[in-house]
Amino acid sequence: MKSSVIVFPGSNCDRDIAVALQKFQIKNQMVWHEESSLPKSDLVVLPGGFSYGDYLRTGCIASKSKIIKDVIEHGKKGGLILGICNGFQILIETGLLPGALLRNENLKFLSKNVFLKVVNTSNKFCSNYKKKNIIELPIAHNEGNYFGSNELIDKLENNDLITFKYCNKSGEVNKNSNPNGSINNIAGILNDKKNILGMMPHPERLIEPMLSGEDGSMLFTSLLK
Amino acid sequence: MKISVTVTLKNDVLDPQGKVVMQTLKNMGHKNIDNVRQGKYFEIDINEKDKDEVEKIIVQISEKLLTNTVIENYKINYK
Repeated sequence: MKSSVIVFPGSNCDRDIAVALQKFQIKNQMVWHEESSLPKSDLVVLPGGFSYGDYLRTGCIASKSKIIKDVIEHGKKGGLILGICNGFQILIETGLLPGALLRNENLKFLSKNVFLKVVNTSNKFCSNYKKKNIIELPIAHNEGNYFGSNELIDKLENNDLITFKYCNKSGEVNKNSNPNGSINNIAGILNDKKNILGMMPHPERLIEPMLSGEDGSMLFTSLLK
Repeated sequence: MKISVTVTLKNDVLDPQGKVVMQTLKNMGHKNIDNVRQGKYFEIDINEKDKDEVEKIIVQISEKLLTNTVIENYKINYK
C-alpha cells in the first residue's frame, strides 16, 4: 500500500503519521502543499497541526492550496483519504465531508486522552475495532465541536457514517463524556462512499505498546486488510 | 471601489465567544445587554467599476472563501 502525507505550513503531526504508516509497512511519501500533482497513492493523509496558523477558519486556507485539487480528485475516484484533527478541518473546508467544526464549547484548547466508542466498524478504516470497540486516544484541538443541521445528523446516524463517538470508560455516550460540545458526541465521520474519514482524535500517537498503547494501531492494520 | 463584507454566525449556531463577551459585559455592570453575537468584518478594495460585475465577484469570494455557508451568513455593504 502506498500513501502520501500532505504537508502544509503549520502542520505538526506530519512526522508522527509518517512514522505510524512506516511502522505498518505502508510506503509513504511526504508531499508539499505547493506540488501540483499527487504521486500515485492508495491513501492520502491530511495531518494534524495548525495549517496557515488557522487564519480565517481552521483548515480554510489549506483547502485552497495547489495540491488539494488532486486530493479531491483522488477522493472522488474512491481513493482513501484520512484527515486527522486539522486534517479533518481541512476535509470539511474542501467539502469532501459535510458539516462544520466550531470552537470547543468551553472555549478551551483541549489536550488530553478521551475514550471513544467505535460505533461503525463496517468500513475500510475501522474493521479491526470489532474486537475492541471502546478505545482511548488523545485529542488536542481548539475547534473540534462538530456541528450540522438536524437533517445531516440524521443522515449520518441512519447511514452508519459516524465512526467514533466520545464516551466514558464504560462506553456510555452522554453529555458528561462529551469534551467539546459536538452534536451526538461525534468524533469522526465518513463520506457517503465511506472512502474518506475525518476524525479529531490522534490514532498515530498510540501505536507503540512500550510508550503509549496500541489503540491507534488497529486503524492502520484495518487499512491493510 | 471599496466594499465591506460582514460575516456572522447563523442564528441556530452556538456562539460561545459571543456568550462570554455578553457575560463579561453583564459583569461590568451592563445589566440591559440581552445578547451578543461575534462575527468577522472584511474591507475589500476592488479594481472594477461596473457595479454588477463587482457584485458578482464579491458574492463569489464571500461564498467560496470568506464564509462557511454551513454555519455563517454574509452581508455585503457597498459604500
